[in-house]
Amino acid sequence: MSAALVPTREAARVMDVCNACRYCEGYCAVFQTMTTRRTFAESDLEYMSNLCHQCNACYHACQYAPPHEFAINVPRAMADLRAETYERFAWPARAASAFQRNGLVTAIAVSVFLALLLGFLLFLQDSTFEQHIGPGAFYAVISHATMVVLGSVSFGFAILAIGIGMRRFARSIGLGPVRLSHLRHAGANVAEMRYLGGHTPDGCNDIGESFSTARRFFHQSTLWGFVLCFASTCVATLYDYGFGWEAPYPVLSVPVLLGTIGGVGLMIGCSGLFVIKRRCDPAPVSPRFLGMDYAFLFLLFMVAATGLLLLAFRETTAMGLLLGIHLGFVLGFFVTMPYGKFVHGGYRFVALLKYAQEQ
Amino acid sequence: MIVGGGHAALCAAITAGEAGAKVLILEAAPRHMRGGNSRHTRNLRAMHRAPTATLTGTYTEDEYWEDIERVTAGVTNESLARQMIRESEELVTWLDERGVRFQPALSGTLSLGRTNAFFLGGGKALLNTLYRHAEAIGVEIRYASEVTSVAVDDGRFASVGLENGATVDAGALIAASGGFQSNTDWMRAAWGPAADNFLIRGTPYNTGTLLRALHESGMRTIGDPTQCHAVAIDARAPKFDGGIVSRLDCVCFSVVVNQNGERFYDEGEDFWPKRYAIWGRLVAQQPEQIAYSVIDSKVTENFMPSVFPPIEAATISELALELEINPAALEETIETFNAAVQVGSYDPTQLDGCRTAGVSPAKTNWALPIDTPPYYAYPLRPGITFTYLGLAVDADARVLRDDGTPAPNIFAAGEIMAGNVLGQGYCAGTGMTIGGVYGRIAGAHAA
Repeated sequence: MSAALVPTREAARVMDVCNACRYCEGYCAVFQTMTTRRTFAESDLEYMSNLCHQCNACYHACQYAPPHEFAINVPRAMADLRAETYERFAWPARAASAFQRNGLVTAIAVSVFLALLLGFLLFLQDSTFEQHIGPGAFYAVISHATMVVLGSVSFGFAILAIGIGMRRFARSIGLGPVRLSHLRHAGANVAEMRYLGGHTPDGCNDIGESFSTARRFFHQSTLWGFVLCFASTCVATLYDYGFGWEAPYPVLSVPVLLGTIGGVGLMIGCSGLFVIKRRCDPAPVSPRFLGMDYAFLFLLFMVAATGLLLLAFRETTAMGLLLGIHLGFVLGFFVTMPYGKFVHGGYRFVALLKYAQEQ
Repeated sequence: MIVGGGHAALCAAITAGEAGAKVLILEAAPRHMRGGNSRHTRNLRAMHRAPTATLTGTYTEDEYWEDIERVTAGVTNESLARQMIRESEELVTWLDERGVRFQPALSGTLSLGRTNAFFLGGGKALLNTLYRHAEAIGVEIRYASEVTSVAVDDGRFASVGLENGATVDAGALIAASGGFQSNTDWMRAAWGPAADNFLIRGTPYNTGTLLRALHESGMRTIGDPTQCHAVAIDARAPKFDGGIVSRLDCVCFSVVVNQNGERFYDEGEDFWPKRYAIWGRLVAQQPEQIAYSVIDSKVTENFMPSVFPPIEAATISELALELEINPAALEETIETFNAAVQVGSYDPTQLDGCRTAGVSPAKTNWALPIDTPPYYAYPLRPGITFTYLGLAVDADARVLRDDGTPAPNIFAAGEIMAGNVLGQGYCAGTGMTIGGVYGRIAGAHAA
């Protein structure tokens, strides 16, 4: 039996027991999907593992959880397989081993290296330590063209790689033609984070046996923080290319407001999720995710923190160095995006679309 | 003081705690195994006069009573049974107010959505919530604290002795420690050597120690030691704690034979959820306490998937060899059965009247010839949920003494007194209702 088959076989074993029990069918889409099947093909399990949001309710409710001899641990089995699917569908396939190598070390090393490199290169030029104020101030330190090339190449590649991975995953699980109603259904699930307890006042089992809405809150803070930061970048791009208004923009401008609120949201969300991860019961968690999770939270936090620092000190002589460090973390984030925890959003969305189609 | 740690114990503890009493729970199991048989349950049967958030239609006191009267064949205490029924109406709300979540009836709920309220996540989720609530209101809980003796002084409870030699006293005792089905010696005393072939569906901690100790201290018992909630389950389930996944829902679509290859009861008498509770006893009465549910490949999708794969063979005689049944006997049984099947319109979703003629016992619904290989068999054993021999109680859940008067400070709730309501037979979800209702009554009076 190859190593790749182990998580699939365990997930299949667990689902066979669960399907004879069904006590958890009221919890989430995984169990609803389970009850529509009698046997579980590899593609079914790939799909179900990405439907699982690791809320852990089924683990704490399970009379067969270890040390029972049946040793049923659905979130762990699903997470082990989910990590496996990220590697299985990654593009290019060669890069998939980045998931296997300690994701934490990889992601942090890449981003810190990039941040230092940019910082060091900037250190060598005098303009870095001069004060720049007014439109085009950032470009006095790093040229507009350099920024555009670095950003668009790294982000463009990340989007391409993630897109190909999602497409491979969608094909494997048999996603049909996507209609507007499917998008609405899946989108609503994401918006309310239904499967982290968003549809109940109780929330999910974020730390242990008790329910709480903390994990959902911090996840939403991170997600919407990220969305606002992305929106800020889009608006700034429009300002630059559409209206010819050059950054930096005033504090009360749309891009800065979006970015500030988004950055604060990311810092709060990532810190909260980090604390929850440190404190949570390790039993239902896959060790394959730990490195990935911490790396992702660290990078997002650093992108937001360095961005806000840059905003705070952009009118001082520290701006040049802070800009270099911020862009370093942004680039590091982009480069590791397709081979880290970021992909969970895409895969889970595809799985939710499939779930919408099965309704 | 409450001895036991399941649903009845927690309902008693919370009720007494909320009334201001200082409450101690002594649970025999370690924390991860806490909760007795409640951890394997998933619903309770509740009366309701109008549809609720989780229960459809209505289920009146009289209909509920008729169900209890029918399954017990009248071996019940009508005033206690009706009290349980009336109090069940409020139980769902009471649990909900303490954080227990219910779910609408879905696929695994066996068409009980009208009469039974299902716990979201099952019995262990309910227990987790009630334990948290009990701790929050100051109830003290000691795990791995098995009570081995009880001191009763002039008909009054004084103290209990624990396995570790400690003695603990309290102003009142609520016995909520379940039946004695996990006590192999006691089961053998009641059933003879057949008991060795029984599987215990739930907790191994229900050994009846407190039940026996209270009986020996002058408390009155009620019920027959061989009566219990006994289901036919997969013979390959573990001896203890196999729970729900050992269930087999194929019986009504199959032909069931014993080790001699003979049929012994109408497999299609009614829907499985209405008959599962008589089949444990039926199998217990067969040689070696084993039976085999035989189907062919036509009906494999008509019932819930089960956890153990069926035994498969290309012919009936090969199947018989796998089951160590005389092939000629099984072939004859199947041929006779097939020849007796009448033409009908098979429908697994309703009582379809597809029946046999001229064979005994008849099969009165879902009778189809067993003729399409491969053939499959699921082995069946009696799976004991809980025993009915228990402490006799009055309407305040006070345990009766041998002279018939209630003990002033000894109460009982749950399986340990279920025999007052259930003299025999079973009606799905009643065990948890008895636990909840009498737990609350005992807690209120003990406080």
